[in-house]
Amino acid sequence: MIEIQNASKWYSAFRVLNDCTTRVAKGEVVVICGPSGSGKSTLIKCVNGLERIQRGSITVNGVSVGAPDTDLPKLRAGIGMVFQNFELFPHITVVQNINLGQIKVLGRSKDEATDRALALLRRVGLHEQADKYPAQLSGGQQQRVAIARALAMDPVAMLFDEPTSALDPEMINEVLDVMVGLAQDGMTMMVVTHEMGFAKKVANRIVFMDEGQIVEDTTKDEFFGTRRGERAQLFLSKILSH
Amino acid sequence: MQYNWNWAVLITEPYLGWIASGFGWTVAVSCAAWIIAFFLGSAIGVMRTTEIRALRIAGAVYVETFRNIPLLVQMFLWYFVLPEILPKSAGDWLKRDMPLPEYWTAVVCLGTYTAARVAEQVRAGINTIGRGQHFAALAIGLTPIQAYRNVLLPIGYRIIVPPLTSDFLGVFKNSSLALTIGVLELTAQTRQIGEYTFQGFESFTAATLIYLAVTFTVMAFMRRIETRTAIPGMISLGAK
Repeated sequence: MIEIQNASKWYSAFRVLNDCTTRVAKGEVVVICGPSGSGKSTLIKCVNGLERIQRGSITVNGVSVGAPDTDLPKLRAGIGMVFQNFELFPHITVVQNINLGQIKVLGRSKDEATDRALALLRRVGLHEQADKYPAQLSGGQQQRVAIARALAMDPVAMLFDEPTSALDPEMINEVLDVMVGLAQDGMTMMVVTHEMGFAKKVANRIVFMDEGQIVEDTTKDEFFGTRRGERAQLFLSKILSH
Repeated sequence: MQYNWNWAVLITEPYLGWIASGFGWTVAVSCAAWIIAFFLGSAIGVMRTTEIRALRIAGAVYVETFRNIPLLVQMFLWYFVLPEILPKSAGDWLKRDMPLPEYWTAVVCLGTYTAARVAEQVRAGINTIGRGQHFAALAIGLTPIQAYRNVLLPIGYRIIVPPLTSDFLGVFKNSSLALTIGVLELTAQTRQIGEYTFQGFESFTAATLIYLAVTFTVMAFMRRIETRTAIPGMISLGAK
C-alpha cells in the first residue's frame, strides 16, 4: 500500500531524511518512534506530499507521490491525516469541519455529508457536539473530531503524526481508544507516536528512527523482545523507565 | 479678528446642494476605491504567501511600489502622466472619451494605493494562521485555491478586521486628494463655499463633521462585522 524507497530530504545542508526505506502493507499498523528531531514527522508528511523528498521515491497504492503529473489533491483525499495540534478549522462547526472535504472534494451533497459526519461523530462518541465550534471542545475531543474528519473521506490509509503529544494525560486514552478501534477494523495505519502501550497492543511493525535514518524495522515482538539494537534499547529505556 | 459668523450659509441654496453633492462624490469615490482595494489587495496578499516564487516576487514589487510613492504623486501620475505615455488613442480615451475621467482616475488611484495596504494585512493574517492549518486543508484533498478560499482567507479576514478598519477609514480621508485632479468631492465643495461666501470656518466645520460622521459610521459597521464573524469559544479572534 505505502512503499518508501531510499527517501532522502535536506533542509539546506541538514539531512532530515537519510535513505529511508520501508513499506506498509494493506491492513497493517506501523508505529514509527524515535527521539525528537529524528525525522519521524517529516517522513510521515512526505507520504501525502505535504513535504517533498529530494531523492528516492514514495508510492501510495501504486501512485508516485513525487511525480510531476500526480494529482496531489486526489491522492491526499484518499489518505487521512491526523496532526499533533488537531488543526480543526476554527471558524466552522464540528460537523462543517467534517463536511468540508466531503462536499468540496468528493462532491457529496450536504445531506449525504452530514449523515456520514454524524455517523462518524457517533463512532468517536461526539455526536452531541456536532454544532459546536472547535474551540469549545477539549483537546481530546478535538482530536477525535479530527479523526472523524479524516475518516469521512473514506481513506485507504491513515497517517497519525504524534496524535496524543499535545494532549493532557487524561485525554490521551480517549484518542488512543478510537485509534485501537480503527486498527482492529483493519485500517492501514502509519502512526508516529511515543505511546508504547498502543504499539504493543495493535502495531504489526515498529520502525525506529534516529538522525533521519531508519535504524530498526522489525515486528512488534522482536522490538519489544530482546533482539532490538543498542540505540533502540537506549531510547526505550529512557521512555519506559517511569 | 473681525469675522461675521453665518451658519445659515450652510443651509442656503446652492451651498447646501454643493455640500450634499460633495458628500455624494466622496462616498462614491471611497466605496468604489475600497472595492478595488479589497479584492486586488486580497489577491496580492495571497500571492505573497504562496509557494510560487514568481508570484511572491510580483506581489512584493506591487506592494513596495504603491506604498512607497506619495499618494498625491500617484494621483498626478495617473491623471497627468499616464495618458501621455500611452499610445495616443488610449491616452485620449483616458483624458476625454471615457465617462467621468477624473472620477475613475481617482478611484483607480486610491484603490490601487490602498490595495498595497490591504495586501500587507491579508498577508499578515494568513501568516498568523500557521502552516498546520494549511497542511490540514491540503490533507483532506482541497486544492491550494480551495484551501485559501475555504480555510485560510475566512480565518485570516477575521484576524485582520481591526487593521482593515483603519484602511477603510483611510480611503475616506484620502479621497479628499481627488480634488487635486478636479473631482468635486466634499473637501473641494466646502472649499468652494468658503471662497464664494467668505464663510470658510462654517464650511470647513461642516466638512469636518461630515467626515467624522462617515468615519464613525464605518467604525460602527466594522465593529458589527467583527462581532458577527467572531468565532465562538475563541478569545484571540473577533470581538473583545
